[in-house]
Amino acid sequence: MAQTPFMEVNQAIAQGGGGDLNACVQCGLCSAVCPWREVEGEFLSRLMIRQGQLGLEGYESDEVLFGCTTCKKCVLNCPRGVDIIGVMRAMRSLSVEAGGVPETLKAVLGSAHANGNPWSEPREKRMEWARGLEVPAFGPDKEYLLFLCCTSCYDQRSQGIARSLVKLLNRAGVSYGVLGPEQNCCGESVRKIGDEALFQKLAGGNVKLFNAHDVRKIIVTSPHCLETFSAEYSELGGEYEVVHASQLLAGLYREGRLPLLGRTRGKVAYHDPCYLGRHGGVFEQPRQALAACGAQVLEMNRSREFSLCCGGGGGRLWMETPAEKRFSLLRVREAAEVGAEVLATACPYCVSLLEDSRKTAGLEDLKVMDICELLAQDLS
Amino acid sequence: MSMNKPTQFDVLVLGGGIGGLQAALELAEQGFSVAVVERDASIGGKMIRLSKVFPTLDCASCITTPKMAAASHHPGITLFTLCELGKVERKEGLLSARLVQLPRHVDEDKCIGCRQCEYGCPVYVPDQEQAGLTARKAIYIPFSNAIPQLAVLDPDNCSLCGRCAKVCPTGAVDYAQPAREFTITGRALILATGFKLMTDYPERAYGPASRQPNLITSLEMERLLAPHGPYMRVLRPGDGKEPDSVAFIQCAGSRDINKGVSYCSRVCCMYAIKQAMLLSGSLPLADITIYYIDIRAFGKNYEQFFQNAKAMGIEFVKAKAMVVGQNAEGGVDLVYDDMESGEGAKRRSHDLVVMSLAMLPGCDSPPMAEVLAGPDGFIKSVSPKLAPGLTSQEGVFTCGAAAGPKDIVDTIVEAGHAAQEASIYLAFQGKGRAAA
Repeated sequence: MAQTPFMEVNQAIAQGGGGDLNACVQCGLCSAVCPWREVEGEFLSRLMIRQGQLGLEGYESDEVLFGCTTCKKCVLNCPRGVDIIGVMRAMRSLSVEAGGVPETLKAVLGSAHANGNPWSEPREKRMEWARGLEVPAFGPDKEYLLFLCCTSCYDQRSQGIARSLVKLLNRAGVSYGVLGPEQNCCGESVRKIGDEALFQKLAGGNVKLFNAHDVRKIIVTSPHCLETFSAEYSELGGEYEVVHASQLLAGLYREGRLPLLGRTRGKVAYHDPCYLGRHGGVFEQPRQALAACGAQVLEMNRSREFSLCCGGGGGRLWMETPAEKRFSLLRVREAAEVGAEVLATACPYCVSLLEDSRKTAGLEDLKVMDICELLAQDLS
Repeated sequence: MSMNKPTQFDVLVLGGGIGGLQAALELAEQGFSVAVVERDASIGGKMIRLSKVFPTLDCASCITTPKMAAASHHPGITLFTLCELGKVERKEGLLSARLVQLPRHVDEDKCIGCRQCEYGCPVYVPDQEQAGLTARKAIYIPFSNAIPQLAVLDPDNCSLCGRCAKVCPTGAVDYAQPAREFTITGRALILATGFKLMTDYPERAYGPASRQPNLITSLEMERLLAPHGPYMRVLRPGDGKEPDSVAFIQCAGSRDINKGVSYCSRVCCMYAIKQAMLLSGSLPLADITIYYIDIRAFGKNYEQFFQNAKAMGIEFVKAKAMVVGQNAEGGVDLVYDDMESGEGAKRRSHDLVVMSLAMLPGCDSPPMAEVLAGPDGFIKSVSPKLAPGLTSQEGVFTCGAAAGPKDIVDTIVEAGHAAQEASIYLAFQGKGRAAA
């Protein structure tokens, strides 16, 4: 069937940050390495790029246009070095600007706009996670700003990560503080969803706030915050030294500042979060931190840069994926297959989805834990 | 090394593959004295290890062996095998190459190549000349048509039982033979150091899925197809099964700026098509698939060769395939985006998969420090269009895959050109080429 190319679409994608679009030679390796192949998903990045190159229709459905989890596996494999995530983002932007947003994401974007978080929670409850804990406020005397992922601020399961990290930081004597409810969501997922204007608003607000407090160094619990703070905030005038909790903890342990007992028993499999591993290039420190608590660290077949995405990036965390088509389900089964008692990770999104799939899979003997939680349990 | 070999030559040729031998023969025929330095125990390079050559389907051994023999018997050519190259320097107008000859543990002057030592040796070792698929002895002639036909003892595996020394009719075995360092000089130098395959690509691109026996390199497939290969027929390495389906993954490292190299390796399309054709002959019932990004059939009669392969029923699939694992029957699982059918991504298994790996320079850096390499690591031609054999150093020439991925035809032509440039240089040395 003959189709007529519509090159204005190509140009619009290129102008919207997807300029690599035309470097693609259509080898299809991106489609082949995509985690959607594990569950017979509909999303084919090669086809979507082709349609974008020629301005053809056919990619507009939620499961295609909003299928990409931005796990970066294709980007690391692309023989032409195409920034495939940038192309996806630009193609989504065209749709989002015209109001084409999946229903479930509308609420997320609306909440981020109104409340500064994607979870439809009131802004003023942002610090509730810290109730009953000694959490210093950030000020000129503090070395680090502790910035918590919205998920760890509001989600009850995820609050455990925040609370554990604070205990560890207090015991290690780290000079840190937090800012109040005026903080926004980092905006990483919002940008990947394609709402560039909202990202600018959220990130712009944060940069203004951070700069007003003269923030230089930031500790984050989410690798998604890590990515956007370190790689994207500089566009808005925010230059910070950003460190992920797992990196900081590994360093503190090495310096002898973490009074760990090393009494954690059992086998722990480590799941590399996409944004910490493939995006951030952090592979060793989380493993070092795990080993510090005495655990026997196991490797799953797919580890480090070959890690399997949990399915939560690129806005997918808030989209409906049938239980049997979730990558996280494959992942918890993989952990059980290698004999792990704990599936440890270092990302609030991964924890949420893995925890969910652990229940779906009925793996009652497997625990899903963040590295911060494991280490806090092992404090003397 | 034999003590009575000369050490001063008109031309030094580094590399005893087909390019180096062709250049050496052309110079020797003009009356120059030539030294050929080879790292292996035999000359012949990659070509002697091939099955057949494209697009003529000539037997590689049959056409390489006469060249090797001619070089070996030519009074103007001296072979230095098992020689690692140290430094190459220019001293008082001469090019001097420091060589380290690894011990053969067999006296070159005494050995008559009778193989009594090999027959007597009780130690079996995987034979890397046959992709490790068959065994050789700890003392052995490298392969049947190796030149020189001299035994070499592998000290890492020798049990020092003494049997070879006992059976040797000429008393050539010398367990205590040391490595020997010496210098040879020439007035001109030809760098013909060839290529190697990017063997670390699979691990980087496929991760744990790369570790499986039936995922092999293109040079290993050459051995499986060679008339004097490991099995005399095509069997897959993992379990000796005759494969019912064989696939080729093209651009495995080539044209890949993330996991490989940015350039095209030029020969892989054609050798994969050739191997596919040969497989159709030896396994008439097998399905043969070539996964490719583009087919580059650039040479004389190459396009027709490609069309013939299609007409023979070889399946060409436009997709870069990903190796994802091993199936229960030992086959290799691939995933690819079947874009031509429009049916979306597919998972498919093949009994045996061949990776057409990228070609890398044979030497990590040019053998002479002053000779420049290009950004791709291959030796830089300063006049790439009109005199590709000229390097950045006067009197130093290059040919074949040392200067960039190249097939045999182009290597032969370039070797002749390099020899001619060297000959002109020697005739007018010191006066500059303009004087000619």
